Amino acid sequence: MDNFLLLITKPDNVPILAMLFLIPFFIWLAYKQARQTDLTGVPSDAALNDKVYVWPYLCRNEFICAIIIMLILGVWSIMIDAPLEEMSDPAKTPNPSKAPWYFLALQEMLVYFDPWIAGVVLPGLIIVGLIAIPYIDINPKGKGYYTIKERPFALAVFSFGFIVLWIVLMIVGTFLRGPGWNIFMPWEYWDPHKLVPLTNVNLSYLFGIRDDMTANFFGFAVVAGYFALGPIFYFWKLKSSKFLQELGLVRYVIVSSLFLCMMALPIKMILRLAMNVKYVWVSPWFNI
Amino acid sequence: MNEERKGLIDKITNSDIWKSIFRHGYEKTGRRYTLQVLQNVWLHLHPPRISRHALNFRFTWCMGGITFLMFLVTAVTGVLLMFYYRPVAEYAFRDVQALEFDIPFGMLLRNMHRWAAHGMVISVMLHMFRVFLTGSYKKPREFNWAVGVILLLITFFLSFTGYLLPWDQLAYWAVTVGTNMARATPVLGHEGPFAPADIITQSNDVRFALLGGTIVGPSTLLRFYILHCIAVPLVASLLMALHFWRVRKDGGISGPL
Ligand code: HEM
Repeated sequence: MDNFLLLITKPDNVPILAMLFLIPFFIWLAYKQARQTDLTGVPSDAALNDKVYVWPYLCRNEFICAIIIMLILGVWSIMIDAPLEEMSDPAKTPNPSKAPWYFLALQEMLVYFDPWIAGVVLPGLIIVGLIAIPYIDINPKGKGYYTIKERPFALAVFSFGFIVLWIVLMIVGTFLRGPGWNIFMPWEYWDPHKLVPLTNVNLSYLFGIRDDMTANFFGFAVVAGYFALGPIFYFWKLKSSKFLQELGLVRYVIVSSLFLCMMALPIKMILRLAMNVKYVWVSPWFNI
Repeated sequence: MNEERKGLIDKITNSDIWKSIFRHGYEKTGRRYTLQVLQNVWLHLHPPRISRHALNFRFTWCMGGITFLMFLVTAVTGVLLMFYYRPVAEYAFRDVQALEFDIPFGMLLRNMHRWAAHGMVISVMLHMFRVFLTGSYKKPREFNWAVGVILLLITFFLSFTGYLLPWDQLAYWAVTVGTNMARATPVLGHEGPFAPADIITQSNDVRFALLGGTIVGPSTLLRFYILHCIAVPLVASLLMALHFWRVRKDGGISGPL
């Protein structure tokens, strides 16, 4: 418990503590407005053609906002000092060594995937995926106002990625990861000698496969089968779904691959936490 | 009450003293308001008029503006910090200590710089969240969203390069952990898959290029310093200018029309 208090009062953890309140607040604010639109319909043109002068109306708002934020920043800077530990020493590795808080979701992914996936491929896909969003979301509705009804799929996917896979993992990484990158609950003592027995096994092992060659083949089949879900769904639904027809093949391939890659993280987390699965696919060149 | 106040204001603004200072009154007309924006170098990025709903705090959460404000604060405090800080392994840590203990308001300066940087990371994430929730990336704003994603990465990178500069244990190991990822880059990192072992080694892979060595060391400090103080802010400023210009050219803040 003392340890947890120490952790939440660490100056560098103040931003993430603030996020704990800011994120729910803004979700609530957005939800309120979305429900309003979904109940009463999108505001009419007449109300929107109403223009106002930037000076003084917008400039006044900007000015007030800037003053409030500067006040908060001023108080924050007077009250809380930036941390400065001992001088750096390459020979003294702290345990745990943590990246800055905004990268902790990435560091958390390292538990579940090898560094080349968690540290390079997945971050790369996040960037590519974010940039691709406007080009693969062809739904013309819900532009410029809050709504849930008009774009439920887009909202669900993005919110899951942003809130659960980014923010929550960041919070877990900051507050619950201790020495050896083990999970410590707030009331637990950070025991640097805590040993978690590593009984993780590969998925093929769980299926009774003992021979490397077969295991390699099995892993390949599982991963390929997972990514085949995309095409299977496409050909199954194409005839009946107007949405899929409008989306087109190229966009569909991008959407489904990005989606499957994103969902691979929670799936691997569940496999690891529930069944102690280490790797799904062990090949001579890489492991997934 | 209002009449009374108006009378008093008239009395003051008609007095000889007032008139000797301010040559003419301030007309409250659309023409005046428009010129105010058009003729001011700091304000002319705005259009003269915008739709009413763009004023609404509940719509934009002000987060784009706050991100920009935080950037300005870090720029000003950062320049001041540069007067006291030398990016050399022997001095860096001592210089930060001196800021804390010897230099008047040095601690406050450092605090403001650090917390504004953290604030910027928070606000840029919330800004992106808001833009997504209002569907503001949709036509014609696709490209500005892409510019935004690059700005998001730049914000992280700015914060990350700055994290190393105090040269204490916190800084050193956070950056060590962060840059260790680069070892595993496929093909280009010496521990990554498909890396030709006889060509890509510890001392010529992407991580080496980033650190200027095989571990975080003095040349990393210098590299990160230059990236943090010159290269990245420069790119960030250019992209922000592009970002704001596109907000305006794409028809101002998105709205339900
Ligand atoms: C350094 C970072 C950034 C700064 C300073 C910045 C600043 C701004 C400002 C001042 C606005 C005006 C409206 C508002 O305040 O919400 C704006 C709008 C916008 N921003 Fe950013 N932004 C940044 C990063 C981003 C990111 C990360 C994204 C998305 C990935 C993004 C996408 C957009 C879009 C699409 C608009 C138009 C919104 C609309 O029309 O409703 N920006 N930005």
